[in-house]
Amino acid sequence: MSHPQAAAEFLKNQAKAKWHDETLWFVRDKRDRISKTIPEWEDLRNLASEIKDHTLSRLDFYLEEFEKNALKNGIQVHWAKDAEEHNRIVLGILQKKDCKAIVKSKSILTEECHLNPYLETNGIEVVDTDLGERIVQFLNQPPSHIVLPAIHLKKGEISELFHEKLQTEKGNEDPTYLTQAARIHLREKFLKAKVAITGVNFGVAETGEFVVCTNEGNADMGVHLADVHIACMGIEKLIPRRSDLGVFLRLLARSATGQPVTNYNSHFRSPSPGKEIHLVLVDNGRTAQLAREKFRNSLKCIRCGACMNTCPIYRRSGGFSYGSTVPGPIGSILSPGLDMKKHSTLPFASTLCGSCSDVCPVKINIHEQLYEWRQEITKTHGELGKSLSMKLASGIFKSPLAYKISGNLMRSALKNLPKSLIYHPINSWGKGRNLPETPELSFKEWYKRNRS
Amino acid sequence: MSSREAILNSIREIHRDLKPLPEVPSFGIKRDMVKDFTTSLIGNKAEVMDSSAFEFWLKSSGMNRVFSAVPEYISYSRVTLPKDPHDLENLELAILEGQFGVAENGAIWLDDNQLPHRAMPFITEHLVLIVPKGHLVENMHQAYQKIGNTSSGFGLFIAGPSKTADIEQSLVIGAHGAKSLRVVLV
Repeated sequence: MSHPQAAAEFLKNQAKAKWHDETLWFVRDKRDRISKTIPEWEDLRNLASEIKDHTLSRLDFYLEEFEKNALKNGIQVHWAKDAEEHNRIVLGILQKKDCKAIVKSKSILTEECHLNPYLETNGIEVVDTDLGERIVQFLNQPPSHIVLPAIHLKKGEISELFHEKLQTEKGNEDPTYLTQAARIHLREKFLKAKVAITGVNFGVAETGEFVVCTNEGNADMGVHLADVHIACMGIEKLIPRRSDLGVFLRLLARSATGQPVTNYNSHFRSPSPGKEIHLVLVDNGRTAQLAREKFRNSLKCIRCGACMNTCPIYRRSGGFSYGSTVPGPIGSILSPGLDMKKHSTLPFASTLCGSCSDVCPVKINIHEQLYEWRQEITKTHGELGKSLSMKLASGIFKSPLAYKISGNLMRSALKNLPKSLIYHPINSWGKGRNLPETPELSFKEWYKRNRS
Repeated sequence: MSSREAILNSIREIHRDLKPLPEVPSFGIKRDMVKDFTTSLIGNKAEVMDSSAFEFWLKSSGMNRVFSAVPEYISYSRVTLPKDPHDLENLELAILEGQFGVAENGAIWLDDNQLPHRAMPFITEHLVLIVPKGHLVENMHQAYQKIGNTSSGFGLFIAGPSKTADIEQSLVIGAHGAKSLRVVLV
């Protein structure tokens, strides 16, 4: 399904779509307010952007540095060139540990690699422990937002779901009650799991440590009770120095949810005695994106979701309309790099207003890259309808006579033809828009009458 | 060729100009550290108190399954430290020391030296962190300067109780970790 088709589906429930729009705008507003309490906010954005630019310019060096230090710390490091290898590595570790059930905290990378279905086919029970992720997992859905996975659902739906899955009271929609039920349900899973999987927010080359940020504490509940911690990390998550964390932790939560910092910011450097930490470094299209000079700096993304909260299209079309793991503006510049054909409508799902670039904490020029992708996509795939009409238009504009005749024709046609013929399915521009009222006369005719 | 080599080689093949790594300033502003730290923590839904208020609360709380890693409160400790952190499942209250606090966001740093088990601040139902007033820094830059190159297997900033807003963006305290955080300034 193309983005416009999927967006139309989302908009069918108008009340919910309005709520979605307003709620995300509220989060965007919180981000604005808290960022204005930091006088050096713009300096921090510049620093974050420069640190990431630098890291990408020496990514090979920092990866080796990171690996060397992580190994010194007793972390076992694995490399995966694609999603399939990543999944195989994770399964291999689980099989070696004879592990049949795992707990997993939020990781967009494992979503991107479709780890859950892979493990499930291989007989492993996977429990997502972030509350929002557990909710969507119960529904067999992916997250619709990278920070707020269940933002497309209303509490009534969650109440019904929990009634079915967790035997909560029918009709009790109180978020505190529902969260408490999930707490009890997930605690049992935490206490039983031998292996816990997490994502990684930042990897520090200088120390070989990595940082995981949550508000719920679910990542830590999982890993500290399990014998084995598997951390899955995209190779672009590196930063050179420990002190760089000061910049990124000041930006991340403020940009994401408008809070000063996430409540738990855990720095993993070496395993507890008798336990294991495995780190899986994943490429999966990242080196290819690094090679595309125009799109390279999309790899600076720290996955805060601010561009989604601010985007007038995302807010009004929902995360699922994008059909890609990372939705919204940043997803629309990352996903075409993975599969241009599948994601060919995404760079067009934007007004190019630039709000995404304005809020991005690492200053990715998202809207400019959206525009660049449009050029690439049109070059590669073209658009039959559009190229035909462009050729036609070019012929009309070349001949004054043709221009005059077609102008007259269009003015009377738009006035006299039935609406169904003008707003026909092929005229995608006419969907949701009214054509302007047609003037009686062309400018030339008007001029002749009034000024000559 | 291993995947490691394949990934590193494909990066090396990409022509990139070296971009400079900026120095990060410490962005200090003159502030009332205790006041700002307290305001930040309250914003994060934690409570802040002094030691006498804390002891009064603790005595009247009726909590029994208490563990204190802090010598000053060892007399309240009723739980002996188990070998296996799973046995902390029913712990009601953990009293731990924080190394230092950050005024701008209420974050408190602890590492393996303060943690008898890494799971403790999460698995406990309620958490108390003792932070000396003299150990406050202004912001995260100063925090990392203070941490410096110290090497601990695990370290973390805790800034509040476990929370979530995943159901219709309604804030709920007590998701998976501690349902409350009390910070005792001494």
